Amino acid sequence: MKRLRYWLLVLALFGLCLPAQAIITGELIMVRSEKPFNEAMEILQHAIKKQGYSVTGVRRVDQGLAESGYKSDKYRVVFFEKTDENNSLTDSHPELLPYLPLKIVVFAEAGETLLVTSDPATFNDLFSDPRLKDLFNRWHADVVNIMQVVQDQ
Amino acid sequence: MFSLASKLALLIVLLLGAFPSLAADGEKLFLEKCAICHGREGQGGVGIPLALESFLAQTPDEYIHRTIRVGRPGRVMPSFYRLSESEIAAIIKHIRGWQKTPVPEWDATPVQGDAKSGKALFDTHCVSCHGKDARGGKGTGLMFSRPRDLPIAPPSLNNQGFLNSVSDQMLKTIITQGRKHTPMPPASQFGLKADDVNNLVSYIRSFQITTMTGEHMLEEEAIIMHRSPHSFDQTLENVKRAVVDNQFELISFKLGDKHASDKSAHRKKATVNFCNYKMINDALAIDPRIGMFLPCQITIVESFSGVEVMSINPKRLSQLFNNDKLDQACQQMHDTYSQIIREATQ
Repeated sequence: MKRLRYWLLVLALFGLCLPAQAIITGELIMVRSEKPFNEAMEILQHAIKKQGYSVTGVRRVDQGLAESGYKSDKYRVVFFEKTDENNSLTDSHPELLPYLPLKIVVFAEAGETLLVTSDPATFNDLFSDPRLKDLFNRWHADVVNIMQVVQDQ
Repeated sequence: MFSLASKLALLIVLLLGAFPSLAADGEKLFLEKCAICHGREGQGGVGIPLALESFLAQTPDEYIHRTIRVGRPGRVMPSFYRLSESEIAAIIKHIRGWQKTPVPEWDATPVQGDAKSGKALFDTHCVSCHGKDARGGKGTGLMFSRPRDLPIAPPSLNNQGFLNSVSDQMLKTIITQGRKHTPMPPASQFGLKADDVNNLVSYIRSFQITTMTGEHMLEEEAIIMHRSPHSFDQTLENVKRAVVDNQFELISFKLGDKHASDKSAHRKKATVNFCNYKMINDALAIDPRIGMFLPCQITIVESFSGVEVMSINPKRLSQLFNNDKLDQACQQMHDTYSQIIREATQ
């Protein structure tokens, strides 16, 4: 019995040290690409596809602003998803629909390009269903990878 | 079966094996969270050059810690309130690695000075760079770009994040010594004495009106949602009409695929996208990242229990930005979404 208690203590201490205890560092994910806007857009869309997602749309905000008489540098929003995954997910969790598909904001800044997105890990705060936690954390890892590719190229 | 020594050895091996996974990677975190503004090597850009020797020589760890924790409200510097203490410590360690200068430690003694005299001195010697009422030079962290006529944007000294991070003694040191390799000169260049510096510190401190904890109250709901008494098709038409009635341009609407099986709780889905470019233009002037709120969108979902109309809650998303002005815009957007959804479900 004494030995069992000892090993339980060891396991408990070990468990406390596992990464699952680490706090998820959400908020915004922002990266700067040294590439000009068009090139960065191309790299981004390629990175999204390579990560297994489909680009479902690109919103040309700059164009809309220009047509309405407002001056703007290049500014787009890129939407992406795994369509089948989103379809079945939103069947069971329609409250996620307003936040999907995932998106990355891309805008030009003095010959470079900035990319911003909200960290999908923040969905863990927004939607409390524990069954979604693994999915949100996978999205987090995927989005970080995508952003990293754009930053590094 | 096992000796005490072998048990202890095993325990240590297990713990050591686990600890590397806990150790935060300061460089990785810096590149992910900070490099976009401060540069990959801390050389600066929109954010101040953190690798500057004179900066690190005057800046205690506590200042960097507080700055990361509370950010600069109203500026692009966010509050990284989710970072753990060990992650912040790792970022600071990474920043410190750029210079061998010793880490300063200032005592917490408040500086005693005359804020009124300080204001007169400020208006004479500091206002040309730090702006009226210490609000900062043009482009100070408001956008991701800034004028390049100075190597660094003069900081906003009346920012509550700055005032909640800096100690009086640190301020006094910066004013007294200036900051090498930046346009910030030492006080002696203007003939200012120790009392004058104290007065300036008191004047700058007089702008502090809040005590920030860096803890955010995430109490808003994630979505705005109303149940509709109408059919799915009627509700969709109502949403489209309400969008236009509320001065938005209807961009598109998309019906979701009818892929759901009979067992699925939800059958039809539709999204209505709309826009008001004046609103976008105004919001971009507040923060260039507002594209994350786009497109303006209302979603309609039919389930066996009825039709629901929903949107993001801009007030909840706004909490990611640490920007009071954006909070106001998001309050307006929240009210507008609520109005559209109410009108569509009446």
